[in-house]
Amino acid sequence: MEVFGIPAQAWLGQILLGLMNGSFYAVLSLGLAVIFGLLNIINFNHGALYMLGAFCAWLGLNYLNIGYWWSLLLAPLVVGAFGMVLERTLLRRLYELDHIYGLLLTFGLALIIEGLFRHFFGVAGQPYPVPEALMGATDLGFMVLPTYRAWVVAASLAICLLTWFIIEKTRLGSYLRAGTENAKLVQAFGVNVPLMISLTYGAGVALAAFAGVLAAPVIQISPLMGSNIIIVVFAVVVIGGMGSILGSIMTGLGLGVIEGLTKVVYPEASATILFVIMALVLLLRPAGLFGREA
Amino acid sequence: MVEIKECLRVRDLQAYYGESHVLHGVDFHVQRGEVVTLLGRNGSGRTTTLRSLMGLVGRRSGSIRIDGKEVIDLAPHKIARLGVGYCPEERGIFSSLSCEENLLLPPEVAPGGMSIAQVYQLFPNLQERAASQGTRLSGGEQQMLAIGRILRTGARILLLDEISEGLAPVIVQTLDRAIRALKQQGYTIVLVEQNFHFAAPLADRFYVMEHGQIVEGFEARDLESKMSMLHEFLGV
Repeated sequence: MEVFGIPAQAWLGQILLGLMNGSFYAVLSLGLAVIFGLLNIINFNHGALYMLGAFCAWLGLNYLNIGYWWSLLLAPLVVGAFGMVLERTLLRRLYELDHIYGLLLTFGLALIIEGLFRHFFGVAGQPYPVPEALMGATDLGFMVLPTYRAWVVAASLAICLLTWFIIEKTRLGSYLRAGTENAKLVQAFGVNVPLMISLTYGAGVALAAFAGVLAAPVIQISPLMGSNIIIVVFAVVVIGGMGSILGSIMTGLGLGVIEGLTKVVYPEASATILFVIMALVLLLRPAGLFGREA
Repeated sequence: MVEIKECLRVRDLQAYYGESHVLHGVDFHVQRGEVVTLLGRNGSGRTTTLRSLMGLVGRRSGSIRIDGKEVIDLAPHKIARLGVGYCPEERGIFSSLSCEENLLLPPEVAPGGMSIAQVYQLFPNLQERAASQGTRLSGGEQQMLAIGRILRTGARILLLDEISEGLAPVIVQTLDRAIRALKQQGYTIVLVEQNFHFAAPLADRFYVMEHGQIVEGFEARDLESKMSMLHEFLGV
């Protein structure tokens, strides 16, 4: 079967690939949105922490014999703890200041973290094996479904929905939403807001590390992997708007698919399509598709 | 036995917003179960006094004792947990939360707070609007919500900033009834009020502020004899 002269197999394959990339965008932009909401920090080292997550998995496997599944749990915890140290020691000093200071500091941190990893590991990619349980593929009749790709989409969706549930439906989430509006007042009600801010930053970067581990078997693990993806993720954030949790998830997945489809129709444009969309959104709806107008 | 009854004692309180020195040595005290009103013109430092009590100003010095405990260096959440409920002038209703979520937001700071049903009994409007977005409520309903949510927490000291400001007379009456009910239940209340006619019949004692200082303090029974002074300071 062909659609527009292109085999349906190719369409479906690219849609799935797009969904997988979109899953990474969604998890990463979700972390950025959560952090920006409460901390007012544009977390430019998000890509570096995503890379750190992947390296945690790789180092764990090669030096400590820690497998994929444990890494999926441990790497976010390690990176989250590291993030909380950064928040307590550095970011905390910037909350009263303009966004630009947070952006500069986190950008600088990203350069330092990346530089350190380049120094020790070079820029060549390191391979990471697909865990045995997720190897292979299923023939669905109309297409072949690689198990690992399906897993990435499912796991990302699950973690995104869990995050959404915590923020929208739990008591902790109502503190977070209220804190995003007026942190001082929430603290005056007796909530330990400084601790909540540390935990939120930790959770936001733990999401990045989770994405890093998920990505490890399908990309080359290299110190540059963070800066490669973070620019696209910021485009996703601009398109979706900073305000909404579901918005980040939907935009991430949607743009991943659009990018995938562009690869089928006009491959040359696949690297720029997101930025074209970003420019259009900025012209027509500057607060983003799901953003709240200020 | 006066020492035991005193639940708030402020001495030489100085407060700053950035470079500007706003409070210049505020002194006052509040007994348990009293309703005390801070009177004064706009900019005399009444709101800043309440914010300082909660630890919400940039820098402060002097002494604030709550039930005998010094809190001048405590973080806001620790002050709240001593049983202090704060209703800010701008009401601080959260737009991303429904009316009921706003009501449930402040965590319990002490046992013995009102139940949701009791809050709804005091402010029936809130029950009808439970599912509405917090900021979709009318000004009066938002004010009831801002007061109702700190009654749930078990706080026994209430700091209420300009609660009657800009509200219709019928709403002000509801608030008046609510404050009387709370007073009867033994709550300690510090009111900051512009509306002298709202505050006058409620308060046990008054303080008058001017230029970041307390310039006068008197009992409700002396109100008559102080009217000319109040007229001069407040234009009432």
